[in-house]
Amino acid sequence: MRHLLRRIGFYLVAFWASITLTFLIPRLAPGNPAQALMARFAGRLRPEELKALEIEFGVSTHQSLWQQYIQYLGQLLHGNLGTSFSYFPTPVATVIGQQLPWTLVLAGVSVVISFTLGTLLGIVVAWRRGGLLDSILTPLFIFVSAIPYFWLALILLYVLAYKLNWFPTFGGYSIGLTPGWNIDFILSAAQHAILPAITIVITSAAGWLLGMRNAMITTLAEDYVLMAEAKGLSQGRVMMSYAARNAILPNVTGFAMAIGFVVAGQLLTEIVFSYPGIGFGLLQAIQNSDYPLISGVFLIIAFAVLGANFIVDMLYGVLDPRVR
Amino acid sequence: MSTSPSPLYPAPEEPLEHDNTLQQQTPVEPIVASTVTPEVPSASGMREHWRDLWRMITLNPKVMIGLIIILFFLLMALFGPVVVRTNPSAFSNARMQPPSAAHWLGTTNTGQDVFAQVVDGARVSVLWGFATGLAATLIALLVGLLAGTVGGLVDELLMLLANIFLVLPGIVLAIVIASFTSNTPLRGPLAIAIALVITGWSWTARVLRGQTLSLSKRDFVEAARASGESLWRIIVFEILPNEISIVIAGFVGTVLYVILADAALEFIGVGDPSIISWGNMFYWAGNNDALLLGAWWWFVPPGLCVALIGVGLALLNFGIDEIANPRLRREAKVKPVKGTQPGQSAQPAQSRQIAQTKKGVA
Repeated sequence: MRHLLRRIGFYLVAFWASITLTFLIPRLAPGNPAQALMARFAGRLRPEELKALEIEFGVSTHQSLWQQYIQYLGQLLHGNLGTSFSYFPTPVATVIGQQLPWTLVLAGVSVVISFTLGTLLGIVVAWRRGGLLDSILTPLFIFVSAIPYFWLALILLYVLAYKLNWFPTFGGYSIGLTPGWNIDFILSAAQHAILPAITIVITSAAGWLLGMRNAMITTLAEDYVLMAEAKGLSQGRVMMSYAARNAILPNVTGFAMAIGFVVAGQLLTEIVFSYPGIGFGLLQAIQNSDYPLISGVFLIIAFAVLGANFIVDMLYGVLDPRVR
Repeated sequence: MSTSPSPLYPAPEEPLEHDNTLQQQTPVEPIVASTVTPEVPSASGMREHWRDLWRMITLNPKVMIGLIIILFFLLMALFGPVVVRTNPSAFSNARMQPPSAAHWLGTTNTGQDVFAQVVDGARVSVLWGFATGLAATLIALLVGLLAGTVGGLVDELLMLLANIFLVLPGIVLAIVIASFTSNTPLRGPLAIAIALVITGWSWTARVLRGQTLSLSKRDFVEAARASGESLWRIIVFEILPNEISIVIAGFVGTVLYVILADAALEFIGVGDPSIISWGNMFYWAGNNDALLLGAWWWFVPPGLCVALIGVGLALLNFGIDEIANPRLRREAKVKPVKGTQPGQSAQPAQSRQIAQTKKGVA
């Protein structure tokens, strides 16, 4: 119970830290980016846009940092993430709301597939250690795990989509289709999602496989596995119910840790494939110097990652009785 | 791990290394086989030390290959531009040319030589990568050792800080920090380095803290404390030598993270595009539609370089893992015992036997 309280306390502090970071970075970055931006756009912005930017970053207000902070927190509680600059006057929350579902669907499907695939392959590879599968897959995946996500995405895009024309080259759906719950749109969306999903699965499955393999190898040396074999249980049963079940624990914790990297890989893949999710939105925001949108996206991503970590943390308590 | 805040974040990549049950064996000093405590080494002892280290390195193929790759790129970074005389930023009329005798890796859309850019870009990418990794590892060392030795409130606070930075998505935070400096004169490798150091120190710090915590409860540290050694002497001369392999593994891992993240950040465009580096080559290739125009020679070589040096670092890390955790080493293939299924059930048991006789453990 005490452990549970500690964890919840930690996550509350982490949430608060991410909010504070989002508040502080634009204001503390050297060279005062908000002012630089305003100077750059001084002649090209409408007065109300300038005003919005000023309020957003407290450039010429006479409030102290602390007062601005309180104001910021208040805004957040109302779900107000500020007004986007490149999509003025659309609020940031609306912009993100449009992009978020694409990311969630792609990420959800890819992560589930890569985790399952990687873990299962890791189990098999560790069981038959030194065998054919191990000597091929392990070095292959070591190589793959060191490749930058986006480079692999570029290569796949070039070979499969551009040269061979098997998949569409960009976007979330074919131009001309209206988004909605109709079959054409759903099929087109699915078709556009395959290549990004493959990229993410390939690069992240490597991590799960290698982690699971290492954990399995150490678990296989334990006495209870020997006991299970001595009892005459079938190979499959020993492999799954005895070895894998215990070896998966470090992988679950690794999953929590890797959520951050999964998000980053997701971002880069979306950028390469121009997939209309949050990652692509972040890129456009950066290119347009849309600071409110950048901050908003960071906050949402931070919340999502923290939330996912929290869920996995609680899940770990269910899986491993020693922790309770 | 009963005293640490959460089992959810054990030492990553070496979770079982720091499992309590494994601490009966010498956790981290594979080289000095005979003793755990770093006594004042005799002359022959030091020589033996280095000889053991050399044997360990050359016997393990992963470490060898990794070191060779890394050395190759370091040499390329340091001496490449001296050897390859072509000016990487010289414009020419030969635009978007595929690889040929005149331009070994083709040209960019402004006629610059890709090969010269790859060699020159290694300087920024590799050297900044190592420097940033070093900075992050030093901070991690400071925090981890301090937290592990002093304990108490300092430990709780430092680990809270590390956990927060660990759980926040690092690369995204780095992107945001770098993007806010990209409109200011600070942009470029320095801003990226700062962003990556801020997000990259926490993992190694946690690992070091865990190991330091367990080491500081050992007898030789207690003895040192009892005989009145000052805190920093204990940290530097008693605890640190036993953690060298973790520090090295942490350094290698951090450099890997930094080089990949640096390429990603520059690809997005938050670096300084006027500098020649591998990441910026991606940026320019992307901006000039190299993909759509079929100019694969522009973005494949820098990517290959990043991938290769990444592989070298990863191999080095795996090799160090295998040296430190003997169970992960490749066991010799064993013929199946008569009467059992070939390969499967015999192998784990027999490799266990072999491993046990190797270690001489009952």
